[in-house]
Amino acid sequence: MNLLLLFISAAIVNNFVLTYFLGICPFVGVSKKVSSAVSMGLAVMFVMTITAAVTWLIYHLLLVPYHIEILEYVSFILVIASLVQLVEMFIKKVSKPLYDTLGIFLPLITTNCAILGLALFSVLREYSFVESLVFGIGAGAGFTLALVIMAGIREELELSNIPKPFRGAGITMIVAGSLALAFMGFAGLISM
Amino acid sequence: MDINTLIIAIASMGGLGLIFSAGLSLAEKKFYVEEDHRIAKILDELPGANCGGCGYPGCAKFADVVVAGEAEINGCPVSDDEAKKAIGEILGVDVDSGEKQIARLMCQGGDYETAKKAEYAGIKSCLGASIFGGGEKMCEYSCLGFGECVEACSFNAMYMSDNGLPVIIDDNCTGCGKCAEVCPQNIIEMHPESHKLFVFCKNLDGAKTARKVCTKACIACGICVRNVEEGEMIMEDNLAIVNYDTFGKEAKLPTDKCPTDCLAIIGPPAVDKPTEKVEA
Repeated sequence: MNLLLLFISAAIVNNFVLTYFLGICPFVGVSKKVSSAVSMGLAVMFVMTITAAVTWLIYHLLLVPYHIEILEYVSFILVIASLVQLVEMFIKKVSKPLYDTLGIFLPLITTNCAILGLALFSVLREYSFVESLVFGIGAGAGFTLALVIMAGIREELELSNIPKPFRGAGITMIVAGSLALAFMGFAGLISM
Repeated sequence: MDINTLIIAIASMGGLGLIFSAGLSLAEKKFYVEEDHRIAKILDELPGANCGGCGYPGCAKFADVVVAGEAEINGCPVSDDEAKKAIGEILGVDVDSGEKQIARLMCQGGDYETAKKAEYAGIKSCLGASIFGGGEKMCEYSCLGFGECVEACSFNAMYMSDNGLPVIIDDNCTGCGKCAEVCPQNIIEMHPESHKLFVFCKNLDGAKTARKVCTKACIACGICVRNVEEGEMIMEDNLAIVNYDTFGKEAKLPTDKCPTDCLAIIGPPAVDKPTEKVEA
């Protein structure tokens, strides 16, 4: 039950994109088409889940016993960068069109602060291994959710007559802000 | 902090790095994607300015599509003949290198020639001025003179003259077409180097209005059209047009009677000499 609450908290109530405002770059950059948003979301979710597990292991089995917690940033980034490389190779192998669609945003997952944020949060909140794994999956699901909602709205916007000054970045920011406002409605649902 | 911490730090991070890199190199083998080696070779031959003149996002993408056969081998307007030939050799195709294109400004209506209808105090950009009432000059087809083309040029091939018109330096122009793209008035045209004779005007007004707005506007008198063979030049919508398929490649004027001198031979950049100033 506790784990389920943790999952919902990470995915919806404390959504990384719309509540913490982490990972805004791919949120704006890859949310033009629902299909690529889904793929991007899944890629991030994969990286987040594995990161959560591996960083937990590194932190508790390497950094804590040797008292070198100061190196958490370095080692976490190392994990994230390697994982992103792996995902990039995998996507390039499996689907070249998808690789082209995601473009620069795929390697940029490395610097996506949502993922480093996730690793640091789970250290800060002293999650157990299973908890941080669930936290990772939840955060990834939340990221995918935000991206897909945004992409759905932007696909509809393509067909609507937006006043000229608002076109492009302007309307995207407005939509992102409204979404964040909507997600604020979940605040207080669960307090974790 | 004692020395042990340092050693542990180096060893642990180095070890982690090693483990991950080993894992990655294994994955690289497993997920290896056969990439056409010609793409990298072609990329070496391209200018690498990523100007977008070919219509693709950058040189890398252009190399990609050329190998896929979706773009012309000589599609890069910036490459010189040698580079184009080299690309052809890589792909095993003979290339007709295509003629060098140069940007030409189809307007002589500078500050001296064109009367002003108002003082424009808005954002100093051609696009801004064109949206807001079409700029300050009386001629609605003319160069707006804020130099957006000069800013767009990545090859230092343009500057603004004292007369408020952009000047193109032929030697530096690579023909990428960026300036023509940004011009809201569409008065910069890309022409092959061999085109010599131009009607430097885009004004479609009738004679009376054209005369009033600019001293160098085409007034559609038709004297040039009457002085050449049938079809070499035509008069369309109050504007003389050179038919370059048959004419205009010689540096010779068909007539020196053009009353407004908008029919001219391209030559060294016009001197910034004030001609007769029109009163608004």
